[in-house]
Amino acid sequence: MIDKRFKIANKIFKSRLIVGTGKYKSFSECAKAIKTSGADIVTVAVRRVNISNKNKARLMDYIDPKKITYLPNTAGCFTAEDAIRTLRLAREIGGWKLVKLEVLGDKRNLFPEMIETLRSTELLTKEGFKVMVYCNDDPLMAKRLENAGAVAIMPLAAPIGSGLGIQNKVNIKIIRKQTKLPLIIDAGIGQASDASIAMELGCDGVLINTAIAKAKNPSQMAEAMKLAVISGRKSYLSGRINPNLYGSASTTNKGII
Amino acid sequence: MNIKNKIKITVNGKQMQIIPKFTLKSLITKLKMPLNKIAIELNKKIIDKNRISKIRLKKGDKIEIVHFIGGG
Repeated sequence: MIDKRFKIANKIFKSRLIVGTGKYKSFSECAKAIKTSGADIVTVAVRRVNISNKNKARLMDYIDPKKITYLPNTAGCFTAEDAIRTLRLAREIGGWKLVKLEVLGDKRNLFPEMIETLRSTELLTKEGFKVMVYCNDDPLMAKRLENAGAVAIMPLAAPIGSGLGIQNKVNIKIIRKQTKLPLIIDAGIGQASDASIAMELGCDGVLINTAIAKAKNPSQMAEAMKLAVISGRKSYLSGRINPNLYGSASTTNKGII
Repeated sequence: MNIKNKIKITVNGKQMQIIPKFTLKSLITKLKMPLNKIAIELNKKIIDKNRISKIRLKKGDKIEIVHFIGGG
């Protein structure tokens, strides 16, 4: 089965792995991991410039936005107004329209506040943004986001940064069946096999930050994730065998001595 | 210029003193901010970076200068 291209808001991307740029020890470590990950989209956040240390290194000095698509996020936003203000500023920095919406509702578990997320999706879409939406794994809410104009549905596998892996495969499968939009697992991946599982469930992509950035060897983990995503996708497309309770010998009994 | 003539503004939450009629462009230049890597808000309104030389700062203005940092 030939794979279709990975397309978000009519733009084709080579890699199905999207990588976050937070939590790295240094910008150079981050840049190295992004390179080995093969990702062509990275998430970034909008924050105040440090005006007292003008010579401090900037992310844009290490990761060239002309070569890698910057996906500005709304990390730290708890209302639609916060999210819109942040993304308008992001757009002003470089003209980005493709954005990652993330409106949180709880500082501890970092679960998305879905009422505000839905409202933000509507408002941002009306303003011309192409909104990739971090959401919970609720199929009904995913449908609402789709109707509100989201360009990608990005349910969590588990809480952000938890590394717990996919907690509710059934919901992810249901969302997969109901939507033609890009479905990207965002948050909760812990190791390469989690990324493979996400792809085997039929997801179009995976977004990973902490599992790479906080690994002992981020660059090597980035490569592991890249291979896991490719592997999981191929496995999904190849059509797995039906699981069976009993054994089925690989060697025929015909001609046995 | 006498310090009494200076006006107070807030930049990224920090108070600064500038001479009257100081433009937003002068401020950005003074802070050595690369214009292509930042966005500017003046009193919660986003400012078109092509217009900053025409904007004169006033007492009590609140300016936010943001850029991209690492995030997930």
